[in-house]
Amino acid sequence: MGDHSHGGPDQPGTVAKAQEGELDKIQDPGLPPHRARLTDTDPRAAKRAERHVAILFAISIIGTVLFFVGYFAVGHTESIAELRLQNTLLGLGTGFAMLGIGVGIVHWARTLMPDHEIAESRHAVRTEEDRKDAEAIVNTIIDESGIQRRPLIRNTLIGALALAPLPGVFILRDLDLTKESAGQIVDRLRHTMWDKGVRLTRDPSGTPIKASDVQIGSAFHVIPEGLMEAEDWLNQKAKAVVLLMRLNPEDLNISEGREDWHHNGIVAYSKICTHVGCPVALYEQHTHHLLCPCHQSTFDLTQECKVIFGPAAHALPQLPITVDDEGFLVAQSDFHEPVGPGYWERG
Amino acid sequence: MKALSHKRRHPLAAVALLLMGLLVTGGLYAAATSVNEAQAATGYSASDIEEGEKLFLANCATCHGMNAEGTNSGPSLIGVGAASVDFQVGTGRMPMQMQGPQAEAKPVQFDDEQISQLAAYVASLGAGPAVPEAEYLDTSLGNSAKGGEIFRVNCAMCHNAAAAGGALTRGKFAPALAGVEEKHIYEAMAIGPQNMPVFNDSNISPEDKRDVITFLKEIESQGSPGGAKLGSLGPVAEGLFIWTAGLGIIIAFTIWLTSRPS
Repeated sequence: MGDHSHGGPDQPGTVAKAQEGELDKIQDPGLPPHRARLTDTDPRAAKRAERHVAILFAISIIGTVLFFVGYFAVGHTESIAELRLQNTLLGLGTGFAMLGIGVGIVHWARTLMPDHEIAESRHAVRTEEDRKDAEAIVNTIIDESGIQRRPLIRNTLIGALALAPLPGVFILRDLDLTKESAGQIVDRLRHTMWDKGVRLTRDPSGTPIKASDVQIGSAFHVIPEGLMEAEDWLNQKAKAVVLLMRLNPEDLNISEGREDWHHNGIVAYSKICTHVGCPVALYEQHTHHLLCPCHQSTFDLTQECKVIFGPAAHALPQLPITVDDEGFLVAQSDFHEPVGPGYWERG
Repeated sequence: MKALSHKRRHPLAAVALLLMGLLVTGGLYAAATSVNEAQAATGYSASDIEEGEKLFLANCATCHGMNAEGTNSGPSLIGVGAASVDFQVGTGRMPMQMQGPQAEAKPVQFDDEQISQLAAYVASLGAGPAVPEAEYLDTSLGNSAKGGEIFRVNCAMCHNAAAAGGALTRGKFAPALAGVEEKHIYEAMAIGPQNMPVFNDSNISPEDKRDVITFLKEIESQGSPGGAKLGSLGPVAEGLFIWTAGLGIIIAFTIWLTSRPS
């Protein structure tokens, strides 16, 4: 019947309402006929399925054992082949440890647990009944899964579950966190090893660089002198690496205050990308572009490493350089701004 | 005597004197410059240079100019040295098929003798890096561990840590280094072809260059420690693999999970 004001008994309105008895026209089709599985009718098939499930759980156990074979027994030599074997064992071991349990449980449910269809009606929420229902469901699960009647499956499952998390525990154990206050960390981000008179030396040999050795078009990867003697040299290196390049001085567009930061067209820039700190070192000697390999930030060397493409937010910091009385390249000072990506306290 | 003194006052005496003077100064200058060029043109005979010039005029002068002085479509070759020619022509990059982001390696168009003649001619134009000595290409004398360190610092950012090559800006790329001759690897470092920076002997010494070559040849011949390499290309190949093979396995599992057991 229409309930719209223009509607009548013969002319339904725009909104039609179902009348009583109309819903009865759609019959409840009920559940489809139940089809028995092979494992329901043939006890040998059930036995076979049970064996399969146990084998799958055993595969998980073997996987965990494989992990530890790789972890303890393999990979203590210099050979790449042995290292490869170790990595393979660690990967396949953890993989099968998880996969065996997962596939085993699903196979168990599909073949051995009852598969009768259940129609569940909605009901109002009643906590006491729900608790009873839940209890009944749990009991049904315990009863129907046959976990008490099939000790072989139960014990292999318990064994597999107990062993599988161990690889994760051992891997996490290898993580070692340094305990430092935020202030100390910020202070470390602000300063590098560069200072007045520190010589620019080649990475990794640490030999000083003569200005006369730097040819136009060349790129030197530079670390500060004495870096390898520092106790935390790796952390220092992560901040202090520099790329030294030489181009025609007339190609440089130098802003005010940086006129004496280069030496005959030899310029030094921080190698740490201002986006997330990858080493920016892809130097194209004719276009004078510096490219970061991680997210394609591109810096133009002729414009003081201004960002011309990509996600980096600010130009690479320039290291002011000059030559000492022996002709070796030295830094005039530390960088005038923090190197690397921006952070909250950078300012 | 009379004849001589008469000859001395020959109207052409001044011209003869001028010619003599020109010849002597020109000869002295030529001798002086050839001393400078001696190191660049070692081991090349005059006939090599001559043959090289013929080859150059026929194949290269269109872009590089009749005297290799460079034109709008090609750079000057004066002072690039024999190593540049040996690398560019020896890898088939030159003569270039067409102007593009960069010259790509293709089948070599000259035989070894012709390449060395071309190199002789270009080396005669001005001093530059020479073709490396055999001792610096002998990987049995190199130290691959040290070479690997030098490679990772200086080369890996463009050429990939496993030397599989990588992309640069605007269509340029750093080529893969597997299968490149030792000589050409050395020369590329010495001359910095196209957009590659120069790594002269004071930056990476000849012995260090040999170590780098040793490292490259070693990783080429030895397997990867992490199983299948998937071309060592990083996220591209690995992503393709995981999105096709990995996702395929997950879909197969979902189908199995929801199917009716027999």
